[in-house]
Amino acid sequence: MFETLRIVFRKEVLDNFRDRRTLLSALLLGPLFGPVVFAFAINLSLKQSLSDVSEALDLPVLGTEHAPDLISYLRSHNINVTEAPASFDAARKAVETGLHDVVVVIPETFGTDLAEGVPATVAVITDQANRQADRESRRALQAFSAYNEEIAAMRLMARGISPMVVRPLNIDVVDVSTPSGRSAMLLGMLSYFFIFALLTGGMNLAIDATAGERERGSLEPLLSLPVTRDHLIFGKIAAACLFMAVSLAISLVSFYVTLKFVPLEKLGMTPNFGPPVVGTAFLLLLPFTLLGASLMTLVASFTKSYKEAQTWVSVVLIAPTLPILIVSLLMVRPSAALMLIPSLSQHLLLVGLIRNEPLDLEHVLVSVIGTLLAGAALAWVSARLYRREGLLG
Amino acid sequence: MIRVDGLRKSFGDVKAVDGVSFDAPDGRITGLLGPNGAGKSTTLRILYTVLRPDEGSAHIDGVDVGRDSLGARRRIGTLPHGSGLYPHLTARENIAYYGRLYGIAAGELDEKVDRVVRQLDITGFADRRTKGFSQGQRTKVALARALVHEPRNVILDEPSNGLDVMATRSLRELVRQLKAAGKCVLFSSHVMQEVAALCDEIVIIAAGKVALHDSPDGIRNSTGCDDLEDAFVKAIDRAER
Repeated sequence: MFETLRIVFRKEVLDNFRDRRTLLSALLLGPLFGPVVFAFAINLSLKQSLSDVSEALDLPVLGTEHAPDLISYLRSHNINVTEAPASFDAARKAVETGLHDVVVVIPETFGTDLAEGVPATVAVITDQANRQADRESRRALQAFSAYNEEIAAMRLMARGISPMVVRPLNIDVVDVSTPSGRSAMLLGMLSYFFIFALLTGGMNLAIDATAGERERGSLEPLLSLPVTRDHLIFGKIAAACLFMAVSLAISLVSFYVTLKFVPLEKLGMTPNFGPPVVGTAFLLLLPFTLLGASLMTLVASFTKSYKEAQTWVSVVLIAPTLPILIVSLLMVRPSAALMLIPSLSQHLLLVGLIRNEPLDLEHVLVSVIGTLLAGAALAWVSARLYRREGLLG
Repeated sequence: MIRVDGLRKSFGDVKAVDGVSFDAPDGRITGLLGPNGAGKSTTLRILYTVLRPDEGSAHIDGVDVGRDSLGARRRIGTLPHGSGLYPHLTARENIAYYGRLYGIAAGELDEKVDRVVRQLDITGFADRRTKGFSQGQRTKVALARALVHEPRNVILDEPSNGLDVMATRSLRELVRQLKAAGKCVLFSSHVMQEVAALCDEIVIIAAGKVALHDSPDGIRNSTGCDDLEDAFVKAIDRAER
């Protein structure tokens, strides 16, 4: 048995290492998809949250001459007051067409209203459906309300009243999330990237075992050889497992490298993703290869052609997200029972690992054994299906 | 030597093979002749055990294909209809892969592969990947891998399909060599001329049944036709009526 398995395994590995399509998806696209998306998403959110204070904001203001004090206040708060459209309507138009994100209009009556103690109007024209504009208008609004409070405090003091009177509450938000914990939220999507990379790695091999061989016309001569079909299919599944493991390893390492270039500390996160975690994550995800390879082989064996197989096997790529999604929505704590669910158990263990929590040995055992058993069961079913006469199509 | 006894096989309501019996002795070329859909391929598929018969039995050198399918497969070399190769492997690697699966010991493998490569005149393209091979080259490689373990029985399903004149000639030459080596050669075809040119025995199959089994001369006599093609048409007519 092992001899046949070894022969088939060796041939499949050699064959697929020479197949550019397999190599591309297994060793490049699959493993790099996660890190690239991740780096992109992080950089985007970094831009949006960090630029607030550090960058000067260009703010077109119409009617600067009506409020010289307010303008100098804005300038002292890192806001460049720039030339604005000539009228209120022109300003509106400019924001509607996207020429400006925000335009401030100070009416003529501003100075007199302020002097008389009547609320003085400042118009902030913006498109709140535009996220970028929203950020800028928020900064402008913050500056105005700070100015507002300052004037109010001065007026109260002029009347001999402490400004504290109008501040009955002092709201203090205490954030107890640890830097690692905060990372875990963001890195939660990671486990799926790794499972995705793993599955893509073996996809072509799994399809090739039935649909591919049949389409090429090599299945019938193969089945007429003096070896049992079980050994053929197990050899093919083993080769798919190897490609999945390689793909997983590349994905983990490339992620480790990506993190070095993403300034996560600036977001207040210190991900626990050093070499020991990379190694442990690899071992925790490794049992999933058998399950993935068997499931894909099984699904592909029902299909009539390579194309059809690709469609159905792509569904398998998405399936592992389901338990992860449901559990993240329900906010469930890891338990031994949940460790029986493949993909979910790997996800929970991985999140704990990144949070720098100690690994629960019982959970690890249940996850590994449960996933391996499910994989073995599916491999057995694929072997049963490989024995069908209808396999030849 | 191949012996087929009362084979029946249905797919749903369709009786593909309906009581086929014949012998294909060693040292002779037996041709399975019939129109498309007559049951030739199904019969051969039962012989190399990718299908199981509903009824009847078949023996390869006395080994029952139903009871000991592995043993039967070990005794035959097969060229199924439209045999495909692995495009990313070289011709030699394709042949060696089958050699290993036939259980040829590592020490003998190179020598046996070399032998079929020479026998089938593959040397010129043996170390090229088979992607982009012509139909003739592909058939030669597929045949070489079916013969690498030196089987006593050779089953070829429509081997000349898609071959040009030169490739067909060299295929015939090879089949004659196999006969001379004392092998049992069983091949199917729907081309009368091909069967007439090669075979010692002709089994005409129509509608899943054996319509006639005789030598080419015997068939001419029994149908009263001088031309084998006329005889073929007449035999099939009779069977389908």
